[in-house]
Amino acid sequence: MSELVLNHLLGLQGIEPSKIYTILDTADEFLKVLDRPIPKVPPLRGITVANIFFEPSTRTKISFELAEKRLSADVVSFSKSGSSVSKGETLLDTVRNIEAMKIDVVVIRHHAQGAPLFLTERIKSAVINAGDGSHEHPTQALLDMMTIRGHTGGFEGLKVVVLGDIAHSRVARSNIHGLKAVGADVMVCGPSTLIPRDIEALGVKISTDVDEALDWCDVINVMRLQLERQNQGYIPSLREYQRTFGITKARLDRIGRKIVVLHPGPMNRGVEIDSNVADAPGSVILQQVTHGVAIRMAVLFLISGKERTDA
Amino acid sequence: MSHSADNHINPPEGWQGYNCHNLAIRGARLFDPELKLDMVSDIVILEGKISSIGPIPKDFGGDIIEGKELTVCPGLFDMHVHLREPGYEYKETVQSGCLAAVAGGFTGVAPMPNTNPPTDTPATVNFIRQQSAGTPVDVHPIGAITAGRKGDQLSEMAELNKAGVTGYSDDGSPVPTAELMRLALEYTMMSNSVIIEHAEDTSLSGKGVMDEGAVSTALGLPGWPSIAEDIDVYRCIRLAEYTGGRIHIAHLSTKESVQLVREAKARGVNVTAETTPHHLTLDCTILEGYNSNYKVNPPLRTKADIDALIEGLKDETIDAIATDHAPHAHDEKEVEFILAPFGMIGLETALGVVLTKLVKTKKITLSRAVQALSNAPRKILNLPVAKIEVGAIANLTIFNSDEKWTVDGTKMLSKSQNTPFGGWELTGRATGVVNKGIAFVRRD
Amino acid sequence: MQERLKHSIIDAAGMKRTLTRMAVQILEENEGTENLVLIGIHTRGVPIANRLSKIISTLEKGKTVKQGILDISLYRDDYKTAAKMAEVRATEIDFDINNCNVVLVDDVLYTGRTARSAIHGIFDFGRPATIQLAVFIDRGHREMPIQGDFVGRSIKTSPGEEVRVRVKEIDGVDEVVLVEEYDDDERGEK
Ligand SMILES: [Zn+2]
Repeated sequence: MSELVLNHLLGLQGIEPSKIYTILDTADEFLKVLDRPIPKVPPLRGITVANIFFEPSTRTKISFELAEKRLSADVVSFSKSGSSVSKGETLLDTVRNIEAMKIDVVVIRHHAQGAPLFLTERIKSAVINAGDGSHEHPTQALLDMMTIRGHTGGFEGLKVVVLGDIAHSRVARSNIHGLKAVGADVMVCGPSTLIPRDIEALGVKISTDVDEALDWCDVINVMRLQLERQNQGYIPSLREYQRTFGITKARLDRIGRKIVVLHPGPMNRGVEIDSNVADAPGSVILQQVTHGVAIRMAVLFLISGKERTDA
Repeated sequence: MSHSADNHINPPEGWQGYNCHNLAIRGARLFDPELKLDMVSDIVILEGKISSIGPIPKDFGGDIIEGKELTVCPGLFDMHVHLREPGYEYKETVQSGCLAAVAGGFTGVAPMPNTNPPTDTPATVNFIRQQSAGTPVDVHPIGAITAGRKGDQLSEMAELNKAGVTGYSDDGSPVPTAELMRLALEYTMMSNSVIIEHAEDTSLSGKGVMDEGAVSTALGLPGWPSIAEDIDVYRCIRLAEYTGGRIHIAHLSTKESVQLVREAKARGVNVTAETTPHHLTLDCTILEGYNSNYKVNPPLRTKADIDALIEGLKDETIDAIATDHAPHAHDEKEVEFILAPFGMIGLETALGVVLTKLVKTKKITLSRAVQALSNAPRKILNLPVAKIEVGAIANLTIFNSDEKWTVDGTKMLSKSQNTPFGGWELTGRATGVVNKGIAFVRRD
Repeated sequence: MQERLKHSIIDAAGMKRTLTRMAVQILEENEGTENLVLIGIHTRGVPIANRLSKIISTLEKGKTVKQGILDISLYRDDYKTAAKMAEVRATEIDFDINNCNVVLVDDVLYTGRTARSAIHGIFDFGRPATIQLAVFIDRGHREMPIQGDFVGRSIKTSPGEEVRVRVKEIDGVDEVVLVEEYDDDERGEK
């Protein structure tokens, strides 16, 4: 029998390529399930999933909830804003409550890097990282990869640019790890102040010229620019960012061939990406959202197959 | 049997207490690098002083400690500890900190003033000192540089000096402006005291929680770059050079700072420096599991920095090894990495770590290790040195350089358990200390 | 676990004869190919369904039968306790099954749990007029109230035994054999 694929999903750093492929292949099947007259299957009946979001995120949370319901899991969700948590209940308290409630799978979004790992060391539930600070966001990167594969056929030798605020982006990190694992060539591009020190140690190329990056790549994944980066002094102005790094129709037309443009959302239209690119016919950005549900179904399905020691 | 009936002698569980009216150590290796003493001999202590080095007299009626396989050296001194009292007694008290010092072989410690209230008045200095009563540990409080450690204006340094303070620091924070540092250096020249700087340009270190580089980039953790230390170190050196004041750099951690200190010493600047056992042995890749016990300020650096620190220790660019013993309660560390407080305990592991990782591996000599852990810091703080010679006050550390033991945070005498060395197999361990007219020796 | 051959049950020629009989029975029962749908259950139900479909097509002068593939791993009743990862394989039912006569095709009918899961799965695609079950081997030991409508061969087995239906498309050979399972340490090997 095939080996259990996942105990937890904390990140894509160091993951075996075969696991990535298993997740992507499984997600392809779930994508078909989503197209059925009744887009729901029963494998997670009797399994309880808790979505614990310490950071506001409507999109990721809805995507996970939908995936869980499509798999017939019992779902509980709770969101906490960062400030109320720091005052009262600690992460450790939350963890102990989860233990007491006998939850099989925990999906956690947290502002602190390493928080999902912290949980795995202290509870028996399987843990899925739905984004931990500026560390990783593995399901986002997997859905990006699913979309990329759908449009390019494979990863070997594929040239992918990750554009924008690399320093603070968990999506960028997970994309780099995942894409490198399956043989893609990855370049990061953005203002020097938002490219973290020694990023080349992750095996990526670096560019600060978006046109040069576009000339080089087959796929560009445009990161969301947190608007507060301007006040923090990383960029002089949004206007300058848009002019220097924004993905515009003119920029894409200039390269004279089609490349795949991804964006994890939510978009700052007119900053990192123009509406006429995001909404163009053939834009894959909404496909990413659909793929998000399929990827999360695949991850939940593969993780829930684990026999818990006290189940 | 022991003569230690005195009520004030309170050895911790598992330890034997003696008073030093009449005490001898038989057949130990006596090792005092500064006196070039290295011989196996008996040593007799009468009324707290070394009365003879040589065979114990036939008619000796006092307690005898068997010294076979043991080494006796000048008492170890840790010039950088946080004993948390007053204000944070749930982390550590002066008493528990002194017992941790004993377990680590230290006969003296210099607690930093970041207590509540901070050590910026003679009353607080005297209070802290008194709390060490009944232990064989000299507690020599460091005074705050600025009033209330607020970084605004100088504390009453002359008053503090009258109360015995010979070193000042706002440790935990750097002195915020160059102007204030200049004034502190100038003012302390009157008493020839030393300013101890926690070197950190906070505008660069910001919210950093670990060394900035490939590891912080992969972990997505905010970086505390080495230049934040280097820039403050250079500022301190130039100010000391300009004013003629005495500057000491606490917990030096970067290779560039080692070089800055080396060059300054060559120019004759009044600069000294310490580094810690953890900066000498742990690099930042250990943070990959987000274990908050490895979160410390300044952060663990790279292997290249470790090599430079060892080189600096060897050529005496770095004068002293200090632990920066920083206890935190379990629940304070049992949180998300970015929220955990900085600091790790070190008193009980320092000697073992230095012997195992630096001396046994021949990176530094035993002489250099003993110097850096005992009299080098005393000299920086203008304190009388400990010597193994007839007539000297018996201020001694006894250790077994071959004892193998495993570090276990739960078995420490410190109130806290946040050691980064948990599970390490060490060779070399403190067996006992003699100081202040009493001796505590580990029972087997 | 290892397995050893006990004896052969059906050879290649026998398989062909049996499949032909099953095809005839399916046609007879459903009165032709109209509204007839064959759904092969992963893994070996798929080639068996293929062959039945070919035979039917020949018998019915080239009329084709709608064919699909169903993977039941999403419908298993033991998912939470199975200490192994269930692999999700392709399910392909690219046509409307409402009001069709669906024949589920599998290699072996044993506890009935696979057939139950398959029936559950079919209903996620629509509401067929009938669901029938065609199995090449019925080895008994049912745990569900399920029986085969078209059975190639019924044989008596004991629980320690396994029936292996091998097909050229997957195994390189057409045969049905009875094997016996045993633990590695029975032979004193590690
Ligand atoms: Zn400090």
